[in-house]
Amino acid sequence: MSVALLEVRGLARSFGGLRAVQDVDLDVAEGSITGLIGPNGAGKSTLFNLIAGALVPSAGRIRLAGEDITGLPPHALFRRGLVRTFQIPRPFQRLTVAENLLVVPPGEGEERLLAAWLARGRLARREAALRRRVDEVLRTLSLTPVADQPAGELSGGQKKLLELGRVMMAEARLVLLDEIGAGVNRTLLAELAGHIERLNRAHGVTFLVIEHDMDLIARLCDPVVVMAEGRILTQGTMAEVRADPRVIEAYLGAKAAHAA
Amino acid sequence: MGLTLYATALLTMGGIYAVLTLGLNLHWGVTGLFNAGIAGFFAVGAYATALLTAPPGATPSGGLGLPVATGWAAAMLLSGALAWAIGKICLRLRSDYLAMATIGIAEILRLIVKNELWLTNGSRGIAGVPRPFEQLAQPWAELAFLLLVLAVLAIAYLLLETAVRSPWGRVMRAIRDDEAAAAAAGKDVAAFRLQAFVLGSMLMGLGGALSAHYFKYIGPEATQPLLATFLVWVMLIVGGSGRNAGAVAGAFLVWALWSATELLTNRLPPDWLTRAAYLRVFLIGFILQVVLQRHAGGVLPERTAVRRPGP
Repeated sequence: MSVALLEVRGLARSFGGLRAVQDVDLDVAEGSITGLIGPNGAGKSTLFNLIAGALVPSAGRIRLAGEDITGLPPHALFRRGLVRTFQIPRPFQRLTVAENLLVVPPGEGEERLLAAWLARGRLARREAALRRRVDEVLRTLSLTPVADQPAGELSGGQKKLLELGRVMMAEARLVLLDEIGAGVNRTLLAELAGHIERLNRAHGVTFLVIEHDMDLIARLCDPVVVMAEGRILTQGTMAEVRADPRVIEAYLGAKAAHAA
Repeated sequence: MGLTLYATALLTMGGIYAVLTLGLNLHWGVTGLFNAGIAGFFAVGAYATALLTAPPGATPSGGLGLPVATGWAAAMLLSGALAWAIGKICLRLRSDYLAMATIGIAEILRLIVKNELWLTNGSRGIAGVPRPFEQLAQPWAELAFLLLVLAVLAIAYLLLETAVRSPWGRVMRAIRDDEAAAAAAGKDVAAFRLQAFVLGSMLMGLGGALSAHYFKYIGPEATQPLLATFLVWVMLIVGGSGRNAGAVAGAFLVWALWSATELLTNRLPPDWLTRAAYLRVFLIGFILQVVLQRHAGGVLPERTAVRRPGP
């Protein structure tokens, strides 16, 4: 039995009268690729934003590797090894593809203004080392040919890959992937899944994945957590979840569940 | 002789504006901060140095007659401190709030300058601000001051260029492009923005100080939004937002054009002369349109692709 890297207890968030997320308990085991599915409006994205620090919960606690991270801002979560991707990729448009990756590792004081003026030698050495790492990530993602293009000029699929590249540069422990497969063709989808599996197996990165593509979920995720109407409905393997009448009801309505 | 003096004056003012435009480029071009109150920081710098360096008796509360360097240091410190206070409050909010706050503060400062007679002498302004090298014979006094301005500009340019090309600058440009993604990539957006805002505002304060020493005088007209905010924005957009060389080129270019419009409007028939000020603004707006039609990114646009070092 593996240990929970992420523990969510009693998490809730309302928007006015709408309880988007209520009383959510969730464990993400270290080393797992946990899937998070549910019909539109189930509260998946709100839950993601709460864990990623983009929203502050109305109630409940979030722990990462035992440390309480409730309410911490995104940049503080990043330092603790938690990073997210965005459903619609958000590259730094006017930075080159390589710069989009170079900018990620914070270094140790290299991002300080005084370092820019007083420690140029150290910065140059670190940049050279960083470039080698970036070149490797670019090669892995087949983005080398576009390395020096502004990221805003990439195709939709390349932007998805770049989003994954930023995850690779972050050397994160826990990655929240927000619909990485949305609007992506089958070939690229398989490629993305391959990168995720490799990061998980070779680098021990834990993933929590929101996804609508059930094939991708079935290939990658165990366990799968189902949300509906702001709550966790059930969780289990993809096969278990698929067979659960409550899940069918949540997706298709009560009648369909009876018919099944 | 006359032509030398005219060219020197043109270059001196261009250089002072270039310092302001470099500050705005750090704010807007590099970090994406909409500062609509450049005049406020300009005023703080100009009045700070004027009060410190003017001889006793220059204002009702007196000048301190301190060395010029002290005035410049105070100008930068005070405008930086003002930026820090505004930034602490506004930089966490959506970017339009910074624009509103800076406009508001600049207007408040202009009213203070106009009305607090004991401190600023009101609309009569502060005269007798010392200008370095003013004891030299003409045209050497003018030329020496021009060299001083250009030296200050060169130092500011080199420092900013180094900063923008460093990892620090890369973080700033990332924040400009997408704030949420920068935060998700581990950057403390508010802290980085504050640094850029303070540093850029210090340059604006320095620009104000240079101007006060150049004219040996500072009055409320010099801090009007048209001259100290609008014109600087035009310079940055025409020159090339995001690129320091563009900011400097834009400042000299637009200042030359602005001065040329004065030559034109001076030849207008008398009944048009009263409208000359508006005509000049119209002409500058027209030039802005023409330049942007041909060069959307300015005369020297930002270079996005980096030249990668050898293998």
